[in-house]
Amino acid sequence: MTMLSIDNLHVSIGDKAIIKGLSLQVPAGEVHAIMGPNGAGKSTLSYTLAGRAGYDVTEGSAALDGEDLLTLEPNERAAKGVFLSFQYPLEIPGVPTLTFIRAALNAQRKARGEAEVSAPAFLKLAREASNKLKIDFDMLKRPLNVGFSGGEKKRMEILQMAILSPRLLILDETDSGLDIDALRIVSEGVNAMRAPDRAMLVITHYQRLLDYIKPDRVHVLAGGRIVASGGPELAHELERSGYDQYAMAPA
Amino acid sequence: MSLLKAIEAGDASLLPSRRDEAWRYSDLRAALRAIPDASPSAATPTTTAPLAAVKADHEILVLNGRPSQAAFRAKAGAPQVLRLRIFAHADHTLHQGAVAIDLDAGADLTLIETYEGQGADYVSDIALAITVGAGARMERIVLVDEPADAISISGSQIDLEPGARLYQSVVTAGARLQRHETQVRHPGGGADVRLDGLYLLSGKRHADLTTVLTHAAPDGTTRQLTKGVVRDAARGVFQGRILVEEGADRTDARMGHHALLLNDGAEVDAKPELEIYADEVSCAHGNTVGSLDDQALFYMRARGLPEHEAKALLMQAFVGEVGERIEHPGAREAVAAWVAAKLESLA
Repeated sequence: MTMLSIDNLHVSIGDKAIIKGLSLQVPAGEVHAIMGPNGAGKSTLSYTLAGRAGYDVTEGSAALDGEDLLTLEPNERAAKGVFLSFQYPLEIPGVPTLTFIRAALNAQRKARGEAEVSAPAFLKLAREASNKLKIDFDMLKRPLNVGFSGGEKKRMEILQMAILSPRLLILDETDSGLDIDALRIVSEGVNAMRAPDRAMLVITHYQRLLDYIKPDRVHVLAGGRIVASGGPELAHELERSGYDQYAMAPA
Repeated sequence: MSLLKAIEAGDASLLPSRRDEAWRYSDLRAALRAIPDASPSAATPTTTAPLAAVKADHEILVLNGRPSQAAFRAKAGAPQVLRLRIFAHADHTLHQGAVAIDLDAGADLTLIETYEGQGADYVSDIALAITVGAGARMERIVLVDEPADAISISGSQIDLEPGARLYQSVVTAGARLQRHETQVRHPGGGADVRLDGLYLLSGKRHADLTTVLTHAAPDGTTRQLTKGVVRDAARGVFQGRILVEEGADRTDARMGHHALLLNDGAEVDAKPELEIYADEVSCAHGNTVGSLDDQALFYMRARGLPEHEAKALLMQAFVGEVGERIEHPGAREAVAAWVAAKLESLA
């Protein structure tokens, strides 16, 4: 069953059209990679799906489980199960990481009409998740991402993902700024989340990440549209031949 | 010009105005065209006081300027808590009141000083004279929770003996024109002062936190942290002056003021002043005014927090530090609860 369905999506920032007729179907249980050169619209796609202000959808639709996403507030999308792992996770001074994640989890549960998670139950959840990701638990008492290294911030994204347990994961350049050890830990964290009722969109410039997170399908995004789709072998082909062959693709 | 002289003479033109440097941002003359009639006496309030959760050993009630007790003396010994409840019940009238509080050497007093009222458009002017004896410790927690159309002025003169400790936190929601002014004579000699403030303002409210602290002799320390959040057309004023007199060597003084403006039209006027005439002094000050970080807000919302909750959390994170510096556990908790409720309404 199709979980994420994007149809003829057009997105502008100010007067500038960035995404120009993008269509994409991601079935539940699958991992799809979106690859493309800088400026192709990869981050615009992820921000549009998450609902960032200033990304104007001028045409087309995006739906999760058949339900329109684009009219929802960012927090409503999160409660429906959309999770964007940011390329550059924000620092939130003064808000301890645990406080933040628990507030987010309970806000999502409240929006879904579910009971709040008690403090002890939450701590247990956080402890298990941090152990798996090799995060020192004391770090979670510090303000979120403040003074954390690039790798630590990405691990915090995966930790939040594990605790919030979203249905649609969007990983925006999750490999950027990661050394090989951090990349392995982060990828293991992502792979552990693979499930039949969950879909993933892995957005990346490089093929490297896809050695760790194996996609079911690979799409090439160039000039604001999907210009090629194929199996995992497409990523390797791109690694050899580069994106130049798509640079002339009509916009 | 002073409020007192103007009232005695019944002449509003003698009121302090923006032409007086000390009242530059709180123009009382513009706010008050004529000197109002004197407030009548008022009945004891039946409502609960702000910070009522803090248990007090003694209470002084000031009703329309009339104190139940004009002076209080804390003797050395076990720590005690004094509630000073300043209550107005008046319409279009003015009242003044004065209370003296003296701490003997070695005394330990927590002062819970609150301002509130019912009625419309009253003017309340309160003067406090406080002395803190050698080695004594005073923690002063002030909460100003006045009606939006009140004019609320409070001025205190605090004299410290060497080795005394004064820890002050003033928290205010402002009023039509609200000013809380503290003048401190710092004797050095190991005396230690903390002068904190927090203003949380909306509508057309105005809050003015003014402190003037004079280091008069060597070896004194002062820490000062004021924060504010201002919404709508409200206005926050911070005037912090630290004067280090000649001979007050080895003074260590730090001042910080940081404010958040939630929209265009909100205003903050800050005047931090360090004036130093002594040697080997360590003094620093920092002052910032900014707005909520839109990117951080989007990040928080993308994780599921509704906008309102995300804003409240960011504001809480911004101002929290001020309340956390309160040492009395009960007062710290009561102030935190009041601040959280106020931020909820600002978010």
